[in-house]
Amino acid sequence: MKLSPALALTLPLLSTGAVAADLSVKFELPQLNVAEYHKPYVAMWIEKADGAVASTLAVLYDVKKKDNAGEKWVKDMRTWWRKAGREAQLPIDGVSGATRAAGVHTLSFGPARTGIDKLPAGDYKLVVEAAREAGGRELVRVPFTLPAKGKVAATANGKEELGAVSISIQ
Amino acid sequence: MHNSFIKHGVLALILAATAGAASAHRPWMLPTSTIVENKEAWVTIDGAISEGLFDVDHMPLRMDGTVVTGPDGSTAAAPAAVMGKMRSSIDLPLPKDGTYRIALVSNNVMGSYKAGGEVKRFRGSEADFARQLPAGAEEVRKTITHQRIETFVTAHKTNDAALKPTNTGLEMVPLTHPNDLRANETMRVRFLLDGKPLPNLPFSLVPGGVRYRGVAGEIRLTTDAKGEASFKLPAANMYWMNAAYPPNPGKGPGPDNGPAESHRYAYTATLEALPE
Repeated sequence: MKLSPALALTLPLLSTGAVAADLSVKFELPQLNVAEYHKPYVAMWIEKADGAVASTLAVLYDVKKKDNAGEKWVKDMRTWWRKAGREAQLPIDGVSGATRAAGVHTLSFGPARTGIDKLPAGDYKLVVEAAREAGGRELVRVPFTLPAKGKVAATANGKEELGAVSISIQ
Repeated sequence: MHNSFIKHGVLALILAATAGAASAHRPWMLPTSTIVENKEAWVTIDGAISEGLFDVDHMPLRMDGTVVTGPDGSTAAAPAAVMGKMRSSIDLPLPKDGTYRIALVSNNVMGSYKAGGEVKRFRGSEADFARQLPAGAEEVRKTITHQRIETFVTAHKTNDAALKPTNTGLEMVPLTHPNDLRANETMRVRFLLDGKPLPNLPFSLVPGGVRYRGVAGEIRLTTDAKGEASFKLPAANMYWMNAAYPPNPGKGPGPDNGPAESHRYAYTATLEALPE
């Protein structure tokens, strides 16, 4: 197989790792000792220094429920709802997804989704918000800086609805 | 019985309005939610006069005459309140998306006059005072307290039409939307007296729930030269905002040799700051 000239040109760039743009988020939904447990709704986004949403990465809710009934409760992710969700039209292609069971999960996002290759240099935060029916709501923020030179890895911890949340960009 | 109950209520309201920050009894309206996102949006507004905020432990607020300003800026009388022993309640439908202002504006008179050589004293509404004043009354003196008690609620999405001031009496103009307040985010307000910005006006914000917290946590602030103030509410809670003009009017109707007519203004709002 022959490489196209364009691809051949980009290959040397990629191999030097000039700008890392593949972002993955590892997050833990803790096992909770509660009488009534429902899998939490989870939203994750990149937040600018002024608190505005740069891009929504994922919104995990009951996407399979009949007549989009699962969308009714996405507003329980109050911070995401206030900053982005209220103006969003669900489902969002490639962003909406199913809820996850308790445990550790990893979601990966390319630059087309995150837009981090086009964001101005500066301080950002990865925000993960979890809201659980008959339970609580929690936000975890993981600060990081763009442009990501080399590999970026950072972690922050939740208290109740979320465990460790890690970001890695490479 | 019923009548005396009402009179007692009015009197307590006047006392609460005029005694200023030192008064233990505070009038308030408390919405069950400040932002309602149900398909069919309703809110219940409780009204009471109590010592602890927002404890229902003393007496109901008489909510007759409560006016609702809708998201289009139009005003209408609120549905009739159900009056209980310790609180009143209004069930209010929110048929249009947007922000509603629920306000109870009253003008109460403390007055005195001389009739037949005898000094008479009066407390009650302005209309009642005019009606009860006998022909030939002399040395008529009255202090009118203009009071506004209000709160704000939103169905689905905030808007600003209901926030426009009426330019009458003492008002707070929210420069930050009152239904989009978050703990540790800056809120800006402007106070107006008859439509003019009121500089150097002291005002307070008191968080509810002191009975579970112990410390009162009153936040005391003053408006700047433009009649404005910026502040951050330290924690999510319902807050009771209160201002009076003149700031320290003292108690009672004022001296017998005082002006024939004087005015006092009291402003109270219930504002909710949510967690982020």
